[in-house]
Amino acid sequence: MSAGTLYDKVWDLHTVAELPGGSTQLFIGLHLIHEVTTPQAFDGLRDLGLGVRHPERTVGTVDHIVPTTSQARPFADPLAEAMLAALERNCAEYGITLHGLGSGRQGIVHVIAPELGLTQPGMTVACGDSHTSTHGAFGAIAFGIGTSQVRDVLASQSLALGKLKVRRIWVEGRLPKGVYAKDLVLHIIRILGVKGGVGYAYEFAGPAIDALSMEERMTLCNMAIEGGARCGYVNPDATTFTYLKGRPAAPVGEAWERAMRWWSTLASGADAVFDDEVRFDASALSPTVTWGITPGQGIGVDETVPTPEQIEPNERPIAEEAYRYMDLVPGAPIAGLPVDVCFIGSCTNGRLSDLQAAAVVARGRHVAPGIRAFVVPGSEQVAAAAEAEGLDAVFKAAGFEWREPGCSMCLAMNPDRLEGRQISASSSNRNFKGRQGSVSGRTLLMSPAMVAAAAVTGHVSDVRTLLAS
Amino acid sequence: MSAFVNFPAGAIERIEGRALVLSGDDIDTDRIIPARFLKSVTFDGLGEQVFADDRLELKGTHPFDRPEHGGARILVANRNFGCGSSREHAPQALMRWGIRAIVAESYAEIFFGNCLALGIPCFTAPHEQVLSLQAVVISDPARSFTIEVGAGRLQVEAGAGETAAFWDLKLAGGARQMLLSGQWDATGQLLAHDAELRATVARLPYLNSFAAA
Repeated sequence: MSAGTLYDKVWDLHTVAELPGGSTQLFIGLHLIHEVTTPQAFDGLRDLGLGVRHPERTVGTVDHIVPTTSQARPFADPLAEAMLAALERNCAEYGITLHGLGSGRQGIVHVIAPELGLTQPGMTVACGDSHTSTHGAFGAIAFGIGTSQVRDVLASQSLALGKLKVRRIWVEGRLPKGVYAKDLVLHIIRILGVKGGVGYAYEFAGPAIDALSMEERMTLCNMAIEGGARCGYVNPDATTFTYLKGRPAAPVGEAWERAMRWWSTLASGADAVFDDEVRFDASALSPTVTWGITPGQGIGVDETVPTPEQIEPNERPIAEEAYRYMDLVPGAPIAGLPVDVCFIGSCTNGRLSDLQAAAVVARGRHVAPGIRAFVVPGSEQVAAAAEAEGLDAVFKAAGFEWREPGCSMCLAMNPDRLEGRQISASSSNRNFKGRQGSVSGRTLLMSPAMVAAAAVTGHVSDVRTLLAS
Repeated sequence: MSAFVNFPAGAIERIEGRALVLSGDDIDTDRIIPARFLKSVTFDGLGEQVFADDRLELKGTHPFDRPEHGGARILVANRNFGCGSSREHAPQALMRWGIRAIVAESYAEIFFGNCLALGIPCFTAPHEQVLSLQAVVISDPARSFTIEVGAGRLQVEAGAGETAAFWDLKLAGGARQMLLSGQWDATGQLLAHDAELRATVARLPYLNSFAAA
């Protein structure tokens, strides 16, 4: 059993009570809400005659269903309009801050909470979205929940949970040029599997992690859930504090000094005990691309689609399903595979540094004929910062569409979706069958720079080659 | 809440009914309920859309479309069932279709918690046991099964001249007790600890200008 880890410290601090069934009542320090997983939760509250216990610890935005072309109200889709209206009504009724469209602070929930300084070390963070694990980048314990649990957090600011085990993922070395946090996490999931993290929180540590920026750490923790780990985290350090300082919700003055002192006590100690530990070397990595229908089915861009013999017996049935669905031949190289759509954005890779990395590739080049390529900033703040440095112009000159913030083609709850058997190069997080809105649509997950490389060449390409030329 | 009349309520001690099998690992919640069906402010109607895209692809031969499985209550699946998106719409869709218990090799945790919050137990059994159970269900879909939550046992109705076969099931964490006591809907328990909640708020540094640090 783990001891002395950040996870243990934060868990203990937030333990309200032990419940009769054996689970723990855990206080939730920050509850993030959005339009898709909350309407039924608020209705549930009303049915029970309950109020929101800590509206000041609850923050809302709209991301999943918003169109990214025109965000004029009412939306063309009446169902989307109804969901947005419901969230507006619920937030107004219960006194919850809502960062709506055009507020300057709207965006994907996992992008805006960090950029507003809402997500801080030592907190527990919950949201009705599995990618809430993103917030672990700050040394928070952050995880996704369902709608009944959203109702419970609204009512009691707490949840009934079982404690996870802790696996330390120690990463040596440094990411080489052209290899990003996305490649690292896809590689980790490839090795540990999409089920490997079930029952665990993932602590990411080691020299390679220490060297990551906050945005890279967010990409890493974002996809912990794709490896089965409900939450992933990085111990807070100077990088964390520097990022937070001056953000709207960050403490100021003497409170900032006190906060830094407390935050500095949270990291897993030298004598911390982990339930499991695995090691990786970042310097050995190549850009990683998924070839299949789970995020664990990834390979280096310089590798070939694995043959059944290269796959462990347990994983062969889903590999066979993936060959069929993706229409890929075992043993074929992934580089050179033509793509139809290129999507840069999402809570995984829709932040400023992601757009900067993609823009380096796009600058002075042009989207290949027949390719639809678009960039969706993760938030209004990301869009503004990107436009301030001219990235929108770089992308537009290269033939990319420059869109309004939202979840977009990550999950196809808005007009952005694949059609028919199109293949996308996507900086998002899931390549599940049908995920991007077409029953037969196919998704190749990769870093934003790799998506840009695919866009300008028309096929899966090693971004390192483009960066060198 | 009138729409919920026939959904799980109170203490859940026994689940009886026929079963159906969904073979394969890593069946994600996007497959259980594709995202386009989340565009609603209620969960109504999700039962008809469960596995919508898989069913479309299989043109009537999907287990959830086969007439012999109509009215089945117990779903038997393999590893990492319910992975991916946290959408409660997935267990809502299964529940509204008629599923009242799941037996699988393992589950994604968010899915497990979402099921528990609806009163749907997610039992586990080892690989070989799940395979043998799936074989029994497939060989005779008309068989009725009984799950005793307290005993953690699934029993198949014996045919003439047969002895009843059974499988031992596990139910992780506090789920068993919560279901047996009828307290699987956690809201009441959470609200009962008002003083403890206040004490927690009082000691958390970030809720007190970091003064407690």
